[in-house]
Amino acid sequence: MHRTSQSLVVSLMLLAAAAQAAEPLPSTERQKELVRFVRQECGFCHGLKLTGGLGTPLTPDALQDKDFDGLVGTILTGRPGTAMPGWQPFITEAEARWIVRNLQKGFPQ
Amino acid sequence: MMLAGGLLLALSAGLAQAGELRGTGDLGIAVERAKGSLQWLDTTHKTVLGRIEGLGDLSHASAVFSRDARYAYVFGRDGGLTKVDLLTGKIVNRIIQSGNSIGGAISQDGRYIAAANYTPGGVKIFDAETLELVVDIPAWSEELKGLSRVVGLEDATDNRFVFSLFDAGEIWIADLSDDPKQPKLTKFKNIGREPYDALVTPDARWYIAGLFGEDGIAVLDLWQPEKGVRRALPDYGRGQEKLPVYKMPHLETWAVSGNLAFIPGVGRHEVVIVDIETWQKVGTIPVAGQPVFVMARPDGRQLWVNFAFPHYDTVQVIDVPSRQIVHTMKPGKAVLHMEFTPRGEAVWLSVRDGNRLEVYDTRSFRKLTELPADAPSGIFFTSRAHRFGL
Repeated sequence: MHRTSQSLVVSLMLLAAAAQAAEPLPSTERQKELVRFVRQECGFCHGLKLTGGLGTPLTPDALQDKDFDGLVGTILTGRPGTAMPGWQPFITEAEARWIVRNLQKGFPQ
Repeated sequence: MMLAGGLLLALSAGLAQAGELRGTGDLGIAVERAKGSLQWLDTTHKTVLGRIEGLGDLSHASAVFSRDARYAYVFGRDGGLTKVDLLTGKIVNRIIQSGNSIGGAISQDGRYIAAANYTPGGVKIFDAETLELVVDIPAWSEELKGLSRVVGLEDATDNRFVFSLFDAGEIWIADLSDDPKQPKLTKFKNIGREPYDALVTPDARWYIAGLFGEDGIAVLDLWQPEKGVRRALPDYGRGQEKLPVYKMPHLETWAVSGNLAFIPGVGRHEVVIVDIETWQKVGTIPVAGQPVFVMARPDGRQLWVNFAFPHYDTVQVIDVPSRQIVHTMKPGKAVLHMEFTPRGEAVWLSVRDGNRLEVYDTRSFRKLTELPADAPSGIFFTSRAHRFGL
């Protein structure tokens, strides 16, 4: 189990590195805004420390084995039948990918 | 700022040491959610007395006050329950009572503090004096074969606490009047899907839970609980094809004026007017965004409304008799909460992204002052000490 999760982490990191190489990152300024956005707006339901509330926990542990593209989709279009709205009007796909990558790594303060 | 704060602290510590007497009726706190601290406030002089630090994770934190209005009990997201002395500005006791908490209430007689928990799902009741555990009420659900997260914990008459089980769709009453160590539990099942928050009306008669999983509200008459929970306002909720809800409205306080209640629409840019006698919707007032709080000035003449992202830079004031918006203002990004002074001549707003509190005259809408605060959220004044359901 431990080895599996280690190799998973390694492959995730490789994937992330590959993805990062392949797509433009949000600007440093925008990254700051996104960090604040996730901590504050998402924090209403998921907690400032992202440990969950009525929303699910968004810690690396909790998201480790979740599908990357599925998580990006959840941010952009929400999850019907739950309180999670789609944030598409305010967040681009590249930004959502950046958020998910960072949530899986451990989100910056 | 630091200097001024330090100076004020020194002054107030000096006051306390010099044995100067003071009341607590004009004191309060504002939560600095990211810092895990409180601004300690004086509403008569509109000043910050100091900063009280070390309260842990205060996202979505709320507070209740002791019967003598001297102590604030602050419920933190991380399960922290902190007792703060408003005369000295010091933490006098702090426990971590659960893994994840959403708020709480104080009993009618002021002797018990109840906390609503997500992890482990249930309610814990503590001695208000010592914060020792009096009783643990796990929110066990037969259907789930597990514990449900608890929301909408409110105090009511006869030393009762009432709360809702988000995952199980139940409302429970815990009656502490005979034996607080063994509260009498009354459980109402199938009250609706996913009650996400609740309130009691100011007379503590009606307990109302908002439902996330379906439209409508659940209503329990605490004068006649044997009549059971009924459903009302069938078209209140998200329904079909409404706007995405970027923040669920809060039901902490329904503005009640006469027999009318004014409640935030869900997924709609409106305030909904409900007749409490009949539980019928009797009208709507279009507003600038999705309301989060609809707060009545203590006399019931005005409603102050703040909004969810992305309209959270705006505050609107509704005149109750004419149901017209009489004032719209934009104090700054992320107005999270509003609190009236005890008799409502002024209102305090927290402007999170502006890192300040603002105080307005409710008659002229003039800004009276601004005070620095770090990403402030909830504002709570001691006048809550003697009211139900706050």
